[in-house]
Amino acid sequence: MTIQKAQMYSTPTVAHPPATFPRVVLAHGGGGQLTDILINELVLPRFANPVLTDLLDSGITQDGGLALTIDSYVVQPLFFPGGDIGRLAVSGTVNDLAVSGATPLGLAFSMILAEGLPRQILERVLDSVAATATEAGVRVITGDTKVVGRGQADGLYLTTAGVGKMETGPQPHPNQVAPGDVLLINGSVGEHGLAVMLAREMPEVQSVLRSDAAPLNGLIAHLRAAVPGVLFMRDPTRGGLAGVVADLATRTGHRIVLEERCIPIRREARHAADMLGLDPLDIANEGKVLVVVRPTEAQAALKALQAHPLGHQAAIIGHVSTQQDGLCVLETEIGGQRIVQKPYGEQLPRIC
Amino acid sequence: MNMGTRPIPEMLRALHASAAGLGRPIAFMEVCGTHTTSAFRCGLHSVMPENVRLISGPGCPVCVTAQADIDELIDLGSRGEVTLCTYGDMLRVPGKRGSLEKARGDGASIEVVYSSLDAVRLAQSHPHRQVVFAAVGFETTAPATAAAVCAAQKLGLDNFTVLASHKLILPAMRALLSATDRPKINGFLCPGHVSVIIGSDAYRCIVEEFNTPCVIGGFEPGLLLSSLLCLTEMVAAGRVGLVNQYPQAVRPHGNPHAQALLQEVFEPGDARWRGMGLIPMSGLFLRQRYERFNAARRFSLQPVDDREPPGCICGRVISGLALPPECKLFGRACTPVQPIGPCMVSSEGTCAAWFKYGPQRASANGVARLQQLQEVRS
Repeated sequence: MTIQKAQMYSTPTVAHPPATFPRVVLAHGGGGQLTDILINELVLPRFANPVLTDLLDSGITQDGGLALTIDSYVVQPLFFPGGDIGRLAVSGTVNDLAVSGATPLGLAFSMILAEGLPRQILERVLDSVAATATEAGVRVITGDTKVVGRGQADGLYLTTAGVGKMETGPQPHPNQVAPGDVLLINGSVGEHGLAVMLAREMPEVQSVLRSDAAPLNGLIAHLRAAVPGVLFMRDPTRGGLAGVVADLATRTGHRIVLEERCIPIRREARHAADMLGLDPLDIANEGKVLVVVRPTEAQAALKALQAHPLGHQAAIIGHVSTQQDGLCVLETEIGGQRIVQKPYGEQLPRIC
Repeated sequence: MNMGTRPIPEMLRALHASAAGLGRPIAFMEVCGTHTTSAFRCGLHSVMPENVRLISGPGCPVCVTAQADIDELIDLGSRGEVTLCTYGDMLRVPGKRGSLEKARGDGASIEVVYSSLDAVRLAQSHPHRQVVFAAVGFETTAPATAAAVCAAQKLGLDNFTVLASHKLILPAMRALLSATDRPKINGFLCPGHVSVIIGSDAYRCIVEEFNTPCVIGGFEPGLLLSSLLCLTEMVAAGRVGLVNQYPQAVRPHGNPHAQALLQEVFEPGDARWRGMGLIPMSGLFLRQRYERFNAARRFSLQPVDDREPPGCICGRVISGLALPPECKLFGRACTPVQPIGPCMVSSEGTCAAWFKYGPQRASANGVARLQQLQEVRS
């Protein structure tokens, strides 16, 4: 390998200058480096505890028995090709539980509605929540409803919390990842963010791109039945595949090498991203999971993923190298190399 | 001569062979932000021969915009009666008093648009707001601005104006080659998108007057590589010519419809560029008959000081005179999270590309890769 840490003018970890922002900007919610700054500066110091500081997709109770997660959904438009805010609200929370190694037990569902919201829209969203929950085999067991004055919210916002029972055996965790391990993904990346963005910003553009929003607990259960030793999983939502893999590299201190030619990206997604000046690796997914397994289990994991309807296009996309520089390096299609970093912040606001 | 696209390993071998025969270092300049980003994204620099470099010129629309123009924009965006519509890239460019992003956080009405016509629609649906479109970019985006002005004229809108700082690429290329502090370049990789509008023949003056090879290239890795190979082979053979390696999109005379639109709405005039000062006839300004759409006139904007941020060398970077790491601020005081110069902000900026995708050249990686490819072949 030829990219050396000493040669780097930057590292994926950005030094946090104190008190970097007097006001919140949209990019603080982008799931990128700026979100990290907000959390590191304001949230963690106040609530610091070992469970929270682990910063996993779910908090795991200290006896290792239960996983708890919560997510808010503010996407615009509420309905987009391949999904809607209701489908997202169930999938996102179920997926956060599943990638943490938990089986979802129940959901708490909260709505903030704007005065004047047509009943018909609310019905469509609730139908979608119900249908997706059925698909995921999980029930909404509690909830809350608030209404705010016209103009104080944009249509409707949802919040979904989920509780899950941790599977027995070793829990998927970044600490388990070691050199030689293999990275897989269950299908093509970037389509959710692009579909939402095209629907919102360029409704006149006809595109085949559809959001991939889907609950992945079935796929993950199927995978873990075939490969009990899954080391790490994460759903590459905001910040995209780049964000998740760069984070894993930083966190483990290992270099992670991705093979560009192996990463499934639809041609239409590549073209749409080019048109918008975006990198498909930075764009959000809502039905994808990054999986890390030991090299001896890579083929079994690939087969298991491909055998599931949500994993037909699964692929092995990279490996953990022996170098200890915490970088994510992409081996490009022309045989070159470049660094993959966590995106800075707002690229596609309000995509989930 | 158009080489078309050959298999990538074959082109790489030819590039290395041609470069090896030169026995001296050469450099080409790309003058298009999309080329800058595409080259970094596909790791082009890491597979290039040691003695061939591709350096960035004034091709990123945000980066070439003079600091005074950016300050003017931010001031205008912060006025209560104004809704400022801007392309997303402009949002975070720092001015003397914060950025548009910060102004938006402070309550200013700033909308990110993807098309100039979105701004016209916004003006139509908000007749009581003054909608200003921040019009930046080269010949690529200028026709869209012209179309917006024509649409506003047709609709009789009196609450729509543009703050235009459109630039023309050819005067900048000439200015670079005429400067006393001239970048050491052996040819231009000419911009694909701009050339769609202005046509390939437009570069003849550069080839003939300045004896500098020009190749118009596309953006896919294979197209980039074939353009670079074409340039290198021209230099190796001692030829100076103009080659259109992107004929699928670029015609000799460009797009006459877009040119007519530009001609209708704009007239060329002297414009200020970041780091390059005033370049004669390098900007596009609204013609007298469209003057009522000129935001500078509507809001009586006064000329502001064109002082760049202290220590920032974006101007030298976009002139091909310095590489980002030569800047004392790069990666330290100036990062994508807290940018100081525009080259660190724009997705097409050279500093942003260096920061995001890593060092341009990964030591002898290109050669090592080539050896691997040769081994595979044999």
